[in-house]
Amino acid sequence: MKATVTVMLKTGVLDPQGKAIAHALGTLGFTGVNDVRAGKVIELDLTETDPGKARAAAEDMARKLLANGVIESFRVAVE
Amino acid sequence: MKAGIVVFPGINRERDMAIALERSSGVKPRMIWHKETDLSGIDLVVIPGGFSFGDYLRCGAMAARSPVMRAIQDHAARGGYILGVCNGFQILTEAGMLPGALLRNASLRFLSMDCHLRVERADTTFTARYQRGQTFRAVMAHGDGNYIADTDTLDRLEGGNLIAFRYADAAGEATPDANRNGSARAIAGIYSPNLRVLGLMPHPEDLVDPLMGGADGKPLFDALAAA
Repeated sequence: MKATVTVMLKTGVLDPQGKAIAHALGTLGFTGVNDVRAGKVIELDLTETDPGKARAAAEDMARKLLANGVIESFRVAVE
Repeated sequence: MKAGIVVFPGINRERDMAIALERSSGVKPRMIWHKETDLSGIDLVVIPGGFSFGDYLRCGAMAARSPVMRAIQDHAARGGYILGVCNGFQILTEAGMLPGALLRNASLRFLSMDCHLRVERADTTFTARYQRGQTFRAVMAHGDGNYIADTDTLDRLEGGNLIAFRYADAAGEATPDANRNGSARAIAGIYSPNLRVLGLMPHPEDLVDPLMGGADGKPLFDALAAA
């Protein structure tokens, strides 16, 4: 199964990269951008065929390595 | 005390650290490759600066999960001394051995410049050769030194007197201008509750000889050598 882990900085944690992207978008003439948050997407190709188990495994990986719980939150999608 | 320096792929400050340690102690530190797991005979484990594993995923994330870290956790549990500088501090937070995290500098710029550190307490093994409230010059060289932790953790660090150094001006005032990376409460370095683990972003090992432009960092290594 394929699991996609999306890692984002937690709400309230300053995201200077997002701010820089927002600034650059403004420079390019894109108006109406209230806010930009930048994160990471990690795709996992798993041998597991059970969706529930694949999700549990990916969540465990996210907790132990892929995301730093002090500053980041994550969500897992399985397909 | 007998020191060992942990070397991960991508670490680049281990030789400067070795010079600083040897200069104060007269003893060459042992270099510990990250795949080693035997730290016997080592009193002080030093995790130096650099870009371990290319800063992949997050600064220090890979190093914090490498084989030597289990031995370092055991060393800490036995009450052993640990010094983490720059990437070493990031690795200690990633390993959960010190609280909080180091984010990208608020300016988004890599900061390569001198700073002044205010000594928040001088009764630890690391800072016994400084005076409380004294400032000393140190070198910053980092892109991710913006210390962050939740309010409870910050309060606990302050309440427990576990803040080692704050960014300050030369006169010792922790002004916003002196806090170039945007760290919460101007925190440059913190201790573990038993005061045996110290992590800090700036590099005391960069100033241990007048030929380097100063010896402001030498008292830290002198104190460790004497302990």
